[in-house]
Amino acid sequence: MTEKIHIKDKEIVVPGALLAEGLEYLPSGRAFRDGENIYASTIGLISIKGRVIKVIPLAGKYMPKRGDVIVAKINGFGKFGWTLEIDSPYKIDLNVGEISMNYIDLKTNKLSDYFKIGDYVFGEITDITESGYMSLTAKRRPYRKLVNGNIIKVGPTKIPRIIGKQGSMINMLKDMSGCEILVGQNGLIWISGEAEKESKAAEAIKLIERESHLSGLTEKVKSMLEGK
Amino acid sequence: MGSKVGAPEKLIVNGKRLDGRKLNEMRKMDIKIGVIPNADGSSMVTLGGTKVICSVYGPKEVLPRRNLDTEQAFLNCVYGMASFSTPERVRPGPNRRSTEIGKVIADALAPAIFMEKYAGSEITIIMEVINANAGTRTAAINAASVALADAGIEMRDLVCSIASGKADGQLMLDLFEAEDNFGEADMPLAVLPRTKEITLLQMDGMLSTAEIKKLTDMSMKACEELYKLQKKALQEKYETEKDASE
Repeated sequence: MTEKIHIKDKEIVVPGALLAEGLEYLPSGRAFRDGENIYASTIGLISIKGRVIKVIPLAGKYMPKRGDVIVAKINGFGKFGWTLEIDSPYKIDLNVGEISMNYIDLKTNKLSDYFKIGDYVFGEITDITESGYMSLTAKRRPYRKLVNGNIIKVGPTKIPRIIGKQGSMINMLKDMSGCEILVGQNGLIWISGEAEKESKAAEAIKLIERESHLSGLTEKVKSMLEGK
Repeated sequence: MGSKVGAPEKLIVNGKRLDGRKLNEMRKMDIKIGVIPNADGSSMVTLGGTKVICSVYGPKEVLPRRNLDTEQAFLNCVYGMASFSTPERVRPGPNRRSTEIGKVIADALAPAIFMEKYAGSEITIIMEVINANAGTRTAAINAASVALADAGIEMRDLVCSIASGKADGQLMLDLFEAEDNFGEADMPLAVLPRTKEITLLQMDGMLSTAEIKKLTDMSMKACEELYKLQKKALQEKYETEKDASE
């Protein structure tokens, strides 16, 4: 059996591109194995770490997973909770018991006392059943209702770049812009702070989204936030 | 095929076709990516005089809900011809021909997509023929293939498609309008270039078994070229952005 690698690190590949031959290598991210070979399944950027060949997607919609932290919009009411919109093909539910540690009595309180349509909430996906039913929790800190601030939308595939290694990028953004920022893995980002600082942070995030597949981004964002 | 009224006397003159091509030569193909910013993925494919714009939306919520499939994605392919796409006006809206072609294209694309990964969602592909000069369904498949890749939908492979046929008793690749209207046969074909799996094969006219084999080989060879063009167009989208920032 021949072991052969057909691509270089940081190369851009298209769906169906042959990445490596042989069982020595392992597919990761948007790469898949067919027979003994490894192929890419989306347009993406190659990252090779030892035996692992990873395809980092450059485009695509958000597909929910259990444990994902997201920013969601209240879209409708149910009997005991709300339905949420998360910019993905699937809808998600938020039960009234999942928004506070305290007991909420619906005999004395209305659902609309807590959330109105169009409000945003920061939470974690707790469960996805096989039939596609999903639920969210916003009980414990830091999950909560998002008041004030602005929501901006970026491609969900750019989120890892916005957060950076061990949160390096997002921490730098928070420190240098002086804003509070919460990043949802579904591509919605909440920014809160003074109006001028907010728009500066949003600008920096848009820059990261645009140039996520290029190197030397940290320096660029730094100089952008420092300048002016 | 068709009536012979207005047909040119000969479709092949001195071994060359009326538009100056060799028998096994296809028209120039140009692929543009990201032509519709509001779509999740989009493309425009020009194949000689044929021009198709394709936009891909999704994966998104299935509407109407009766199309929901919990095992795999619902692939909604809409093929249409603009009313100004042919010399004679086309009545706008779906008709028998466009519905059928939409269905055939969906079947040609489905084996390339990881349908099970998008269970319970819908992928909409809208292909609009802006100018028609034979080979619209093959151009639409090429356009849909790159638009799906641009939308970031997980795929096993790209899909390449080309038509071949017979006119003036000679086998030829990628017929244009006169050859299509006054020739003897037309055979569109779509293939997954990695596995050489044929996902679309239609034929209109009369061909012998040996001729079909020859045309299939000819189309397969052309599809290898098309794969390179599609790949180049997709990679260029990100590489031009790279250049602009440097």
